[in-house]
Amino acid sequence: MTLVVEARSVSKTFGRAGEAVSALAGIDLEMSQGDFISLIGPSGCGKSTLLRLIADLAKPTGGELSVNGKTPERARTDRDYGMVFQSATLLDWRTVTKNVELPLEIMDVGGSERARRAEEMLKLVQLGQFADHFPWQLSGGMQQRVAIARALAFSPALLLMDEPFGALDEMTRELMQQEVLRLWGETGTSVVFVTHSIPEAVFLSTRVLVMTPRPGTISHEIAIDLPSRRDNETRKNPRYFELITEVRDALRSHD
Amino acid sequence: MTSPASPSQIGRAVRAGFSILAVIGGFILLWETYKLAWGALDWSWPVRPDNRTMPHSWDVVVALFQPAQRRGPILLLVELRAALFTLWEAFVGFLMGGAVGFGLGVLFVRSQTAERAFMPYVVGSQTVPILAIAPMVVVWGGRVDLPQWFIVSIIAAYLTFFPVAINTLRGLRSPQRTALELMTSYAASPREALWKLRVPSALPYIFTALKVSAAASVIGAIVGELPAGFRGGLGRDLLQFSQQFTAAPEKMFAAVIVAGLAGITFVGAVTLVEHRVVVAARRQSGEIGRAAA
Repeated sequence: MTLVVEARSVSKTFGRAGEAVSALAGIDLEMSQGDFISLIGPSGCGKSTLLRLIADLAKPTGGELSVNGKTPERARTDRDYGMVFQSATLLDWRTVTKNVELPLEIMDVGGSERARRAEEMLKLVQLGQFADHFPWQLSGGMQQRVAIARALAFSPALLLMDEPFGALDEMTRELMQQEVLRLWGETGTSVVFVTHSIPEAVFLSTRVLVMTPRPGTISHEIAIDLPSRRDNETRKNPRYFELITEVRDALRSHD
Repeated sequence: MTSPASPSQIGRAVRAGFSILAVIGGFILLWETYKLAWGALDWSWPVRPDNRTMPHSWDVVVALFQPAQRRGPILLLVELRAALFTLWEAFVGFLMGGAVGFGLGVLFVRSQTAERAFMPYVVGSQTVPILAIAPMVVVWGGRVDLPQWFIVSIIAAYLTFFPVAINTLRGLRSPQRTALELMTSYAASPREALWKLRVPSALPYIFTALKVSAAASVIGAIVGELPAGFRGGLGRDLLQFSQQFTAAPEKMFAAVIVAGLAGITFVGAVTLVEHRVVVAARRQSGEIGRAAA
């Protein structure tokens, strides 16, 4: 079975030779279908850059990177992944339904099929009754759920999430984490999740990759061996706290 | 969302009508008070209050309802017909200028080279006064037998395209970086990114420019009628009345009022279209409120 993401000593430098800044160096990564991987680290550790390389929004300077067994560019043009940013980035002039339909329009999916997919996706993120609202009529959490519905609308094999809940309050954030886990379970998509919240990374992931800055490298890889069914009980599980401590120690070992 | 007028919409329209009347009433009151007070005090600064410089507001109204020429139709009808003619010229010029302006905006957002090459001339074109351009267009247009009204439209277009070009470009560049990256992530073509993201984002900017352009195109049409003395529009009448100003100032004022109304009508029509097309405009006016979410 092909790996969803495979990186071999991937590096990324910004700027010209002489004054170049190394953002990523020696990144090795193997991600299988169904994995939920979190990238965690302090600001500037290159976690978002790594995500952008996978999404082909930036090109690696060195090493080999493949997505679904193809070059990232090929994976992008094949629409193999869906992307969710920190800001929902919904189009203000489109209703919720029309926002979810946007990628399908670009992919030349027919009108009735688009409507059917959008309805299904909105039901999945439990926003069915807000289909005809405009984005700015919704709360931040609801907007982010629309963004997730939009990213999943064309059933991509991979979901890339760049600090998607960074702007939400703690309560909404926990609800959204539950929501993402449910969607992950129901759709079978693989997820790469960028965050700087330790509890969030532990609660969501099958694996947490701890990154350190200058240059950005993966310093620790922590398998999360919590029960696969995760809910509020998980947040009280002693193993949950142990893993949080483990990630925190990994992050601190470089200070 | 576009159901027939709801009670709240009717209420809003009535309030808007009242406020317009109140402003007109207030202006007339100020005008007549000034005449009365300055006349009584025998002041002449900044403007002499006599009937030649400042005719009574009612004299202007009376002038509108008197025949413009002996046994002819009343002045109001003559001027309204002239205004319609000028508005048509302005509208055609507005469409041409708007299309050119939009095209330039799209060209510049697609190609930095084109922007660097042409932008200085676009800006430069606006520093040449319309009064210098108009006669040239009239002469050239006459050589190739263009209809007179169309020559005037070209002059109106000259005043129209610039604000549209500048604002279109600004609006096309307004989407957030993440929104553009989202389109990249869908492997959208530049054309799709243009029509599904950039142009809709630019619409509020474009309509702001179109309102400026609507007013400017009326001015362009009036000025465009002047150099060759084209008949039928407001330009020639305004010129004629300005020559008769000392004898019959109220005619000039009447014509100016009609010209102003023509401009307001045009800008109002653009605003109506904006409301149909731009969601953000409906949002701003409160037509679509925040839902109970």
